[in-house]
Amino acid sequence: MPHVANIAVSILFDGLAYAMFLFITSVGLSVTMGLMGFVNLAHGAFAMAGGYIVVSLTRTLGIDFIPSLVIASLVVGAVSVLFERGLYRRLYKATDLEQVLLTIGLAFMAIATFTYFYGPIPKSVPLPAWLEGDVNLGFRNFPTYRAFLIVLGTALIAVLWYAFERTNIGAKIRAAVDNRRMAESVGINVDRLFTLTFALGSGLAALGGGLAIQLLGLSPSFAVLYLVLFLIVVAVGGLGSLKGTLLAALVIGVFDTAGKYLLADAGGFFVYAVTVAVLLVKPAGFYGRE
Amino acid sequence: MRRIGWLGFAALAFTLGGAAQAETVKIGVVLPFSGANADLGHQIDKAFDLYVKLHAKDIAPHKVEIIKRDEGPPTGAQAKTVATELVTNDKVQILTGFVFSPSAIALAPVVTQAKVPMVIANAGTAWITNLSPYIARLSFSMWHPAYPMGAYAHHKIGCKTAAMAYTDFPPGKDSTEAFKTGFEKAGGKITEAIPMGSPVQVPDFTPFFQRIKDAKPDCMYVFIPSGAHAAGVMKAYGELGMRKGGVKLIGPMDLIPDNKLQDMGDAAIGTIVMGHYAVDLNNPENKAFNEAWHQAYGKDSYPDFMSAAGWDTMHAIFDTIKKLNGNVSDGSKVIDAMKGWTSKGPRGTVTIDASTRDIVQDEHAMEVVRKADGKLGVKILGTTKGVKDECKELKVGRCGS
Amino acid sequence: MTTANRGQTRERAATFILKRHRMRAAEALPWLVAIAAFFIVPDRMTFGSQVLIMVMFALSLDLILGYAGIVTLGHAAFFGIGAYTVGLAAARLQWTEPISGLFAAAIAAGIVGFLTGWLLLRYRGLTLLMLTLATAIMLQETGNLRSDISGGYDGLPGLTFKPLLGVFDYDLYGHTYYLYVLATLAVVFYFVRRIVYSPFGQALTGIRENVRRMHAIGSPVHRRLVTVYTIAAAIAGVAGALFTQTNAYVTLTVFDFDNSAKVMVMLILGGTGRLYGAFVGAAVYMILEDYFSKLSPTFWQFGIGLLLVLAVLFARRGVLGLFESFGEYLAERKKR
Repeated sequence: MPHVANIAVSILFDGLAYAMFLFITSVGLSVTMGLMGFVNLAHGAFAMAGGYIVVSLTRTLGIDFIPSLVIASLVVGAVSVLFERGLYRRLYKATDLEQVLLTIGLAFMAIATFTYFYGPIPKSVPLPAWLEGDVNLGFRNFPTYRAFLIVLGTALIAVLWYAFERTNIGAKIRAAVDNRRMAESVGINVDRLFTLTFALGSGLAALGGGLAIQLLGLSPSFAVLYLVLFLIVVAVGGLGSLKGTLLAALVIGVFDTAGKYLLADAGGFFVYAVTVAVLLVKPAGFYGRE
Repeated sequence: MRRIGWLGFAALAFTLGGAAQAETVKIGVVLPFSGANADLGHQIDKAFDLYVKLHAKDIAPHKVEIIKRDEGPPTGAQAKTVATELVTNDKVQILTGFVFSPSAIALAPVVTQAKVPMVIANAGTAWITNLSPYIARLSFSMWHPAYPMGAYAHHKIGCKTAAMAYTDFPPGKDSTEAFKTGFEKAGGKITEAIPMGSPVQVPDFTPFFQRIKDAKPDCMYVFIPSGAHAAGVMKAYGELGMRKGGVKLIGPMDLIPDNKLQDMGDAAIGTIVMGHYAVDLNNPENKAFNEAWHQAYGKDSYPDFMSAAGWDTMHAIFDTIKKLNGNVSDGSKVIDAMKGWTSKGPRGTVTIDASTRDIVQDEHAMEVVRKADGKLGVKILGTTKGVKDECKELKVGRCGS
Repeated sequence: MTTANRGQTRERAATFILKRHRMRAAEALPWLVAIAAFFIVPDRMTFGSQVLIMVMFALSLDLILGYAGIVTLGHAAFFGIGAYTVGLAAARLQWTEPISGLFAAAIAAGIVGFLTGWLLLRYRGLTLLMLTLATAIMLQETGNLRSDISGGYDGLPGLTFKPLLGVFDYDLYGHTYYLYVLATLAVVFYFVRRIVYSPFGQALTGIRENVRRMHAIGSPVHRRLVTVYTIAAAIAGVAGALFTQTNAYVTLTVFDFDNSAKVMVMLILGGTGRLYGAFVGAAVYMILEDYFSKLSPTFWQFGIGLLLVLAVLFARRGVLGLFESFGEYLAERKKR
């Protein structure tokens, strides 16, 4: 393959895999923020929890990687409902700052708890043999795990898109994001909808966390280290928009990868520069509403 | 009555004069005990504790009192505060520990002013020992493994060209500069140097490595902070099939920390590193060290180069206490006693250079292999004896001041 | 509205404003504590200086967060600029006079505050949060890019400063510097207090409470916000400068997001919009941190998280808010 095309393919492929991780983990945050206006900075902690559950399931109980991912998502999704009902509910009318502080406090507690039980040393996860190594896609080899990420991400996007655009529930969610009062007045139980969305979003975050272990490693500081990135994806994409989160994840993922590949000196600069550029022009993100 | 009195007095005088004053030497230990780097602190702390426990009788009748404080994050501010308080409030006579270079750097003016020796058990920026005459280092400078690796890579591994990839912070820059100096001196050519993000989080190494793979140098020298980054590097290297692609992976021993090696799998086999310590190092002191370690901390716990340095640090301190007969109140005498100190430890022969107060040690080229028992380990390929810190020898940059 | 009513309204308004800032006698308290600390715990003065620096930093944040209602995640940027102004001046330009260093830091941070404020304060909510955060991080990354100038994460070590006013020099116990920081804090505080009580300060409160209304009555909202942001940035810069001077060392970690978050937590714990909230919050936080992280750092992190959660749920106005509520409760009881 000619050199430039090779580089382009490398960047696109790696960027796409990274973008899938960003999308899966951030989409929940975007929808919950768009739906309820609730700033949940503990979202990263949910992702981290998912990761640690996968580690325990695979290493201690010997369950395979894929089933562990599913179990972790379900568990975290279920537990998040308890948080939502018991704690978050009280703060829907509170100011942004208060929500930020409450959820940051929760994140700190989560980090400390997981440090206590798992220790500060980063963990890895044993992958099934078919996910290791590289795979030949005809014209060149690609790391199998990343190819898997891309396939899984695409499948999830399709499922989510279908759910949002074609089902009853999806329509209700979209209606509530658009105009909550109106939705309530036509009889939609927004509170229950929110609990459902929150559970789904947290479950997806847990899935993202489990998938990230192989990509980025897992340590208790994961909860806040990557939070900034998720917030960027959500802000750039626009709150409450599936399309927006996807586009933002793609832009951020590919730009970050391209930046690292082509101009490593600039470091993480690219991601932040892109963020500032987009937000200055479109403060509500790509598909957000003012 | 009076005779007994005199006899009693004489007996008392004999006892007091005969036995030396039993001193309690206060040692301040500053290590990160919290946050993301806590495991580094614990590796050294465990070595300290082990040495003190096993060798307390060596300095009898004197004793040591260890006061531990959290070094905090690598900003230097907390280390400076806690260490200053150790000196002014707890009145320690010796400061030791220091995982992060900024901590030692921040503290240098304080130890000069307070005249308290600082015996560094880890911090590796080369020019630290120049900052104060009260600083001695028992661990290493980035140049110790990196500079000899340059010559070794060219002459013995056959790297004509090499790319360098490093985490973008001072140790990374130091290490690659050292490697480059050695490599180019030996006749090799550096194709590119790629910074790979900040040390705070483990990045996705794939884009950086992909770029190097596409450029096809003979070897790739990688420096990352020991720990989580190492696992990520090996993963990316394996996933991209770089060994198959003809790019050899080389680096300092930070690349294959003993406590992560087993998890690295087949991707690690064939990696060649230059280092001053490995669990598999074959000398009697290391065997005893490993045995004592497993006995104290369990068979699944392994020491690493930081623990070995910690062990030797406490050894040097103890030997100094013995040499000065417990009289450690004069900091300059303590430092003078340490100059030229030499001993056999788990790393082999270690010496404190009298003029630079920095460590002189053997560097071993090691290759990762799968041992007979199925575990991953290292095979020693060759040893360069008595390596000094070339940065100061060659007076490169800040080392020359 | 009749003349009598208008007069009554004005009187009620004045009483209300005065009541809120009434604690005149009690105001001496934190200063007395700070001075007493000098005599009671003379061996913790290095720590004491860091506490006072954090108080100043939190105070600067209170101006924008507590009084103007701007939520930002990048305030550490100004602290860092101030810190590096002094650091670079000392290391590269051999400019080591401390007091002029403070002025230089304030000006540098103020300029950046003005520019970023003018550009970014048109936005709100998540957008502003991300923009301010991104700015701070980009500054840090730029510093790392030119680590030949900034020293990168190893920083600029071994800085020395001329004795204060030509006479008072740095000492190991940090006594001189403690008094220096305390004096600077007093000057800055006086300045801040004047601002807050002035009509400008009232306008800020108006902007915080109901920005639409302020627009409607023709108040130049954006200009006011940029002004207060610039002032706050300058003060944060002074805090950063003091940080470099007391530590004789500065690294790029001064720009860390951790710092921005820490100072916000301190302010919330103490109570926003109350001037002394910064004192209480910073002191409480630093002392608790010092004590608990020695005990067990993991528990410290858990503890501060729990404290935050409880504060938001039950003590939204911080420690000072609790005092106020208690005071009100007593007043109610007295009335009955």
